[in-house]
Amino acid sequence: MKILVAVKRVIDYNVKVRVKADQSDVDLANVKMALNPFCEIAVEEAVRLKEQGIADEVVVVSIGPKAVQEQLRTALALGADRAIQVETEELPDSLAVAKLLKGVVEKEQPQLVILGKQAIDSDNNQTGQMLGALTGMPQGTFASKVDMADGSVNVTREVDGGLQTVKLNLPAIVTTDLRLNEPRYASLPNIMKAKRKPLDVTTPDELGVAVTRTVKLLKVEAPAERSAGVKVADVAELVEKLKNEAKVL
Amino acid sequence: MSILVIAEHDNKELSPATLKTLAAAQAIGGDIDVLVAGEGCQAVAEAAAKAAGVSKVRVADNAAYGHFLAENLGSLVAELGKAYSHILAAATTTGKNFMPRTAALLDVAQISDIIAVESADTFKRPIYAGNAIATVQSEDAIKVITVRATAFDAVAADGGNASIEAVEQVISNDVAAFVGEELAQSERPDLTAARVVISGGRGMQNGENFQLLEKVADKLGAAVGASRAAVDAGFVPNDMQVGQTGKIVAPELYIAVGISGAIQHLAGMKDSKVIVAINKDEEAPIFQVADYGLVADLFDVLPELEQQL
Ligand SMILES: Cc1cc2nc3c(=O)[nH]c(=O)nc-3n(C[C@H](O)[C@H](O)[C@H](O)COP(=O)(O)OP(=O)(O)OC[C@H]3O[C@@H](n4cnc5c(N)ncnc54)[C@H](O)[C@@H]3O)c2cc1C
Ligand SMILES: Nc1ncnc2c1ncn2[C@@H]1O[C@H](COP(=O)(O)O)[C@@H](O)[C@H]1O
Repeated sequence: MKILVAVKRVIDYNVKVRVKADQSDVDLANVKMALNPFCEIAVEEAVRLKEQGIADEVVVVSIGPKAVQEQLRTALALGADRAIQVETEELPDSLAVAKLLKGVVEKEQPQLVILGKQAIDSDNNQTGQMLGALTGMPQGTFASKVDMADGSVNVTREVDGGLQTVKLNLPAIVTTDLRLNEPRYASLPNIMKAKRKPLDVTTPDELGVAVTRTVKLLKVEAPAERSAGVKVADVAELVEKLKNEAKVL
Repeated sequence: MSILVIAEHDNKELSPATLKTLAAAQAIGGDIDVLVAGEGCQAVAEAAAKAAGVSKVRVADNAAYGHFLAENLGSLVAELGKAYSHILAAATTTGKNFMPRTAALLDVAQISDIIAVESADTFKRPIYAGNAIATVQSEDAIKVITVRATAFDAVAADGGNASIEAVEQVISNDVAAFVGEELAQSERPDLTAARVVISGGRGMQNGENFQLLEKVADKLGAAVGASRAAVDAGFVPNDMQVGQTGKIVAPELYIAVGISGAIQHLAGMKDSKVIVAINKDEEAPIFQVADYGLVADLFDVLPELEQQL
C-alpha cells in the first residue's frame, strides 16, 4: 500500500509574527520556517504504518517555491521514501492546492492520503476536505487514531463533543489532530541519508491545473492588543476586584 | 442576496452557534433560509423557524444524514446551495468537516472562521493563531463561509415565524459509515457558550486535581477548559482543549490556572471580557493578557477561592 502525505512549509510555531507597517501582509523576512506541526504528525503516522508493514511506500508532496524542498528533505529524514515538489511561485489557495494534490493522487494512486488538519499560518482547515470532494474519497478529519483494515480504515476523530469513529472505504483521506502521535526527531544519519532520496519536481502545468486565487487579501492588521492589568496580592483582593471593579461575579 | 445557513444541532436541539451564525448572515443582508439536515430532527426545524430573521426552514430528515457525515452532507449542501449567494455554517468540528467539501464541489474558495462582515463580499478573519487579522474579499459567485460563533451576538431565539418545507432529495453515503462515539457527559455549561470558563494547564499535575477547578466551577456555574499540555498528558479529554487548534471561547470571565500562556492557547481565549491568571511564575506570558494576575501556588489558591465565592 502506498501512502501520500501532503506537507506545507510554514512559519515556525514558536515565532510570533508581526504585521508589516503598510498592512499588506505579515512580515516573513528572516523568520524561521518549518514543517507545519500537523504535517509532521502526518509524516510520522505514515512512517509508522510503513514500519508496521502495513504500508510499503511513503511519498511526500509539497506545493510551493524551491524553498519547500527544505521541508521535503525534513520529511525524508523522518522516514518518507520519496518526495515531489509541485513548483509554483504563486501562492495557491486551498482549492488550487487541492486540485494540484488531486493531480498527484491520480498519478500516484495512493490508498491513503494524510494531511494536516490545519496549516498554522492560514488556519484554514480545509484542504484535505476539498481534496476529498474533488476525488470522491471519504475523509477522517481531526484524527486521533487510525486503524487500517482490509480495504477500509477506521478513524477516530476529535470532535467538539468528544470522539467519533468512522469507517472509510479505501482509498481515503485522513487529516491529523495533535493526539494522533508524537513525531520523532530526525537523527543525523537519517538527515544525511535523506539527501540522497529521490525528489522530483513537477509543475501545475504538467498536472493540468491553473493556479488561481478568487479571494483577495485586502489588508492585514495587528489584533487589538490587551494590556496587562494589575497583580492582586491574594484571593480576597481578587474576589473583591471581580465583584466590585470588573463586576463579573 | 440570498443566504443559506446550515443549522448546527444534535437532532434534538438547535445549537446556540446557529443563532450566532444567523447574526453573521443578517450582517451580510438578504433573505435567509436555514437547512436542518439530520435524522428525526423536526424539533430542531421548529426551533429554527422561531429564530429571528429566518424566511424559510428546509428540512432534510433522513437516516442518511443522522451523523452529519461530510461525504453526503457536503454534497447535499452543494446541491441546495447552488441557488444562493452565500452559504454559512458555524466553524464547529461539524461545519469544518463538511463545508470545504461543499466549496470544492461548487468550485469556489472557502472563507474560514470569519469574525466580522465588512460587506457582502468582504470579511475579516484571524490568521497566524490570531496574531494578525486579515481582511479578504471574495470574487466567487457563491461565498462559502464558516463563522466563528464567539465573534457574533446571537439573534433572538424567539419571535420568528418561518415556513418549514421538506427537502425530498436523499444523497446516500457509500464510502463512509458511522461506527460509534464517546461523547463527554457533563452537567456543566458548554465551554463555547458559558459565561465563565475556568481552565487548567500542566500546572494541575494530574487529572484528579482538576476536581479543585470543578469545585470553583460549581460555585460560578462555569465550564471547565484546559490547555493542550493538560490534554496531551491525559489529565482531561480532548474536547476541553482551548486554543488555536481547539475550542475558541470568549466568556465574560476566563480564569487560567497553571497555564503559561503560549500563543496557541491565547488564540483561543484572548477575546474574553475579563481574564484572570493564577500562576506561580510571575514571568509567565499569561500575565501579559490578564486583567487580574495572582502570583501564587494554585494548590493554595483554588481551595481558598472556592471558600470565598
Ligand atoms: C500546532 C500546535 C497547536 C497547538 N494548539 C494548542 C491549543 O489549541 N491550545 C493550547 O493550550 N495549546 C496549544 N499548543 C501548545 C502550546 O504551544 C503550549 O505548549 C501549551 O499551551 C502549554 O500548556 P500549559 O500552559 O498548560 O503548560 P506549560 O507551558 O508547561 O505551563 C504550565 C504553567 O503552570 C505553572 N505552574 C506549575 N505549577 C504551578 C502551581 N503549583 N501553581 C501555579 N502555577 C503553576 C507554571 O509556572 C507554568 O507557567 C499547540 C502547539 C502546537 C505546536
Ligand atoms: N502548499 C501546500 N503543499 C502541500 N500541502 C499543503 C499545502 N497547503 C496545505 N497543505 C496540506 O493541507 C493541510 C491543511 O491546510 P489548510 O487547509 O490550509 O489549513 C496542511 O496541513 C497540508 O497537509
